Amino acid sequence: MHKHEECRHLLDSLSAYHDGELPQELCDEIELHMKECDNCRIVIDTLGKTISLYQTTSEEVQVPEDVRQRLFHRLDLDEFLNL
Amino acid sequence: MSDDKSQISYSLEALREGDRAEFARIVEEYSPMIYRLGLKMLNNPQDAEDILQETFIKAYKNINKFDGRSSVSTWLYRIATNEALMSIRKKRPETVSFDMPSIYETEPQEPLQIIDWCCLPEEEYLSAEGRLRLDQAAERLPESLRIVFVLRDIEGLSTRETAEVLNISEMAVKTRLSRARLRLREDLSQYYGKLVEKG
Repeated sequence: MHKHEECRHLLDSLSAYHDGELPQELCDEIELHMKECDNCRIVIDTLGKTISLYQTTSEEVQVPEDVRQRLFHRLDLDEFLNL
Repeated sequence: MSDDKSQISYSLEALREGDRAEFARIVEEYSPMIYRLGLKMLNNPQDAEDILQETFIKAYKNINKFDGRSSVSTWLYRIATNEALMSIRKKRPETVSFDMPSIYETEPQEPLQIIDWCCLPEEEYLSAEGRLRLDQAAERLPESLRIVFVLRDIEGLSTRETAEVLNISEMAVKTRLSRARLRLREDLSQYYGKLVEKG
């Protein structure tokens, strides 16, 4: 297979590869390909970094206290706010 | 009965009988995930608050329809997802239907930005500008891809749970997730790649 065609062929599998969901045979194929193809290695590395950046910033999200209070009030649950 | 995701135990019977203390526990426990979903889908704190309130109002009104076959979190995610998608459609009526397979699902996007930006100093990734770029990139995703990305990668649902929430096949979840991730990577590469080039 022409190298560029092989990259295209593997592109759709990179997400599942990141999640460890691929059969071993396909993992081996991707890992072998990445040894020879810097572009695909960069794509898989930056794909992983992309996901981890979103996860890091999302973990910081909290419900602000005023939002929480308005929610409990709207639901007529004020008496349970401080339990 | 216990919920798979966070292990909170609750009494379905008490919820159905209108036990407000039990419902308050559910609200307390699941507010953060619903608020986060709204924020990531709408990228606006006021909209996220509206989705949070509407989700729990609908949940309370429809508690009798919840049969406990899915987890509470899956049920709440389903309500919140519908609220978020409705809100987006109200704001942008031209939005393509969630159920219609878009070109983004059928056509894989080839990577154009090939620059290794994994080696930047940590503070560069999450600077104010970096955070803004992350939000903008997610906002540019079509809704059908964004919701899958939010449920899988932000909320940490499994492929099966995401398929259950969205009522689509597991294969569709995997395809949409792959498209979403590749588009985000492409978008972020433009910004972080420039930082690498600047040195």
